[in-house]
Amino acid sequence: MNTGILEFVTIFVLAAFVGNEVIGRVPSILHTPLMSGSNAIHGIVLVGTILIMGSAHGAVQITLAFFAVLLATLNIVGGFVVTDRMLEMFKSKPTERAARSADRDGADPDDGSGDTQ
Amino acid sequence: MTLDTWIDLIYLLAAIGFILALKGLSSPKHARNGNLLAAAAAAVAVGFTFAYPQVREHALNLGLTFVAMAVGAVIAVPAARMVKMTAMPQMVAMFNGVGGGAAALVSIVVFLIEAPGKPAVYRIAEVLFGVLVGCVSFSGSAIAFAKLQELMPGRPVTYPAQQVINAVVAAAIVALAIGTLVTGNVPLLAATAVLSLVLGVIFVLPIGGADVPVLISLLNSFTGLAVAASGFTLDNNLLIIAGTLVGASGILLTRMMSKAMGRSLANVLFSAFGSVVTATGGADGSGETRPVKTGTPEDIGVLIAYARKVVIIPGYGLAVAQAQHTVRELADLLIAKGVDVFYAIHPVAGRMPGHMNVLLAEANVPYDELKEMDEANPEMATADVALVVGANDTVNPAAKNTVGSPIYGMPIINADAAENIVFLKRSMRPGFAGIDNELLFDPKTTLLFGDAKDTLTKLVAAVKDA
Repeated sequence: MNTGILEFVTIFVLAAFVGNEVIGRVPSILHTPLMSGSNAIHGIVLVGTILIMGSAHGAVQITLAFFAVLLATLNIVGGFVVTDRMLEMFKSKPTERAARSADRDGADPDDGSGDTQ
Repeated sequence: MTLDTWIDLIYLLAAIGFILALKGLSSPKHARNGNLLAAAAAAVAVGFTFAYPQVREHALNLGLTFVAMAVGAVIAVPAARMVKMTAMPQMVAMFNGVGGGAAALVSIVVFLIEAPGKPAVYRIAEVLFGVLVGCVSFSGSAIAFAKLQELMPGRPVTYPAQQVINAVVAAAIVALAIGTLVTGNVPLLAATAVLSLVLGVIFVLPIGGADVPVLISLLNSFTGLAVAASGFTLDNNLLIIAGTLVGASGILLTRMMSKAMGRSLANVLFSAFGSVVTATGGADGSGETRPVKTGTPEDIGVLIAYARKVVIIPGYGLAVAQAQHTVRELADLLIAKGVDVFYAIHPVAGRMPGHMNVLLAEANVPYDELKEMDEANPEMATADVALVVGANDTVNPAAKNTVGSPIYGMPIINADAAENIVFLKRSMRPGFAGIDNELLFDPKTTLLFGDAKDTLTKLVAAVKDA
């Protein structure tokens, strides 16, 4: 088991370096979505809560595990949905964007003029 | 291959998905796909977890798992879909806090299951780490949520003997943790969990509203580490990798954010910003009685309609007033009149770093009209008008000129370099930092008081008539 823990520590240390490297030069415009997106990723604790619920015995353990699954689901589902909502707005190119905005507020008389940049 | 090996392989693929997703999230082009990739990886990993026989062993437990997941999804999806973009920081705080709580609960239940068998010291240490960090993240995020949602004052909360109380709580946690390590006693772990919740609260209370977003980023990183700790207790590679990735990248992101505010992370967390603030505010004299120049929407409408170059500097006031659509209307109108318009975005404009970009993207402002601070500043001197909409601290020259000001050293947008400065402000009330802004009294400055949406609507009408 002691060699087992070393294996996990190895994974931990390597993952820490990857985490540091992978977001190296993120522009400040993406700070909010990145925070929100990585927030969703740690929602994978849901896997752990499902496993723990499988092994739980007795009212106390099962109740705690139930809330663990509930909270983790909130984290993972809410996190990904909220991040996608933010990024959806970032994605489109200026031309599509103008077209879409014309659709959305078609009554807006200034909209056509906005495209003549 | 055994079933376990297959599942481990799936988990490895999910972990790769998360790494690629984080990489994607750091560039505007791939961000959305990155997030979708992470969601898909998570869904596959969660789905295959049900292949473990232990998960399906007891029908009751399995049923409860599905009930909890269904309830969670039913709450989370509408909450995430309907939240206003301005309320995004507190939403992220909430989703982060519950994740920390879940990680702490996993560690607690593992301990309850293993405690009768006298677990090894390192197992207890893994549990303790998960409980401590998870609980701090949970209660800390709850207070951060309350501050941002304005359920409690955003100002730093200070009380007598604060440092002493903090030290006592910290010392008690250390003592209880050592006790748990030695004895493997369940009530001691429970007491550690409760005190960790208290620690989360007292850690966040003295942090001011403007600094809370940096704090959320830090707590996000904490939750990642708590999840990694759960991974250790469960011998689960996926949780270790995902949790550590978030933990490490979160700390880096937190440091980048505090750098954008021109301060060290330690300063953000421990300075109790507000107490310094009142002192400087007093020294500056009561600014409210000094004369300022106010203009009518018509004056300002003419000024900007016949300018060559207008730089719009949006701040949190714009977000509060939900005026991002109106500001775009104004900008489009000016562009149609041949004015050169761009938006200068301070990295911490809004309530959380990058928040303003999200808000303007929501209003369909084209990407190429947004300029980051470093790109915008060299152009400020050639601007005819700097139109400051609901911003204050991010254009305060005190950050450059007044040594000893609480915001001294924070990078700002050089609105003062423009030929004319127009402030759309609700009142003379200072910004989050609570200090006077000399720029308001500058002879080049004109003020237009009112809710940003109202004043912008009036400006749109004035520009049309001009």
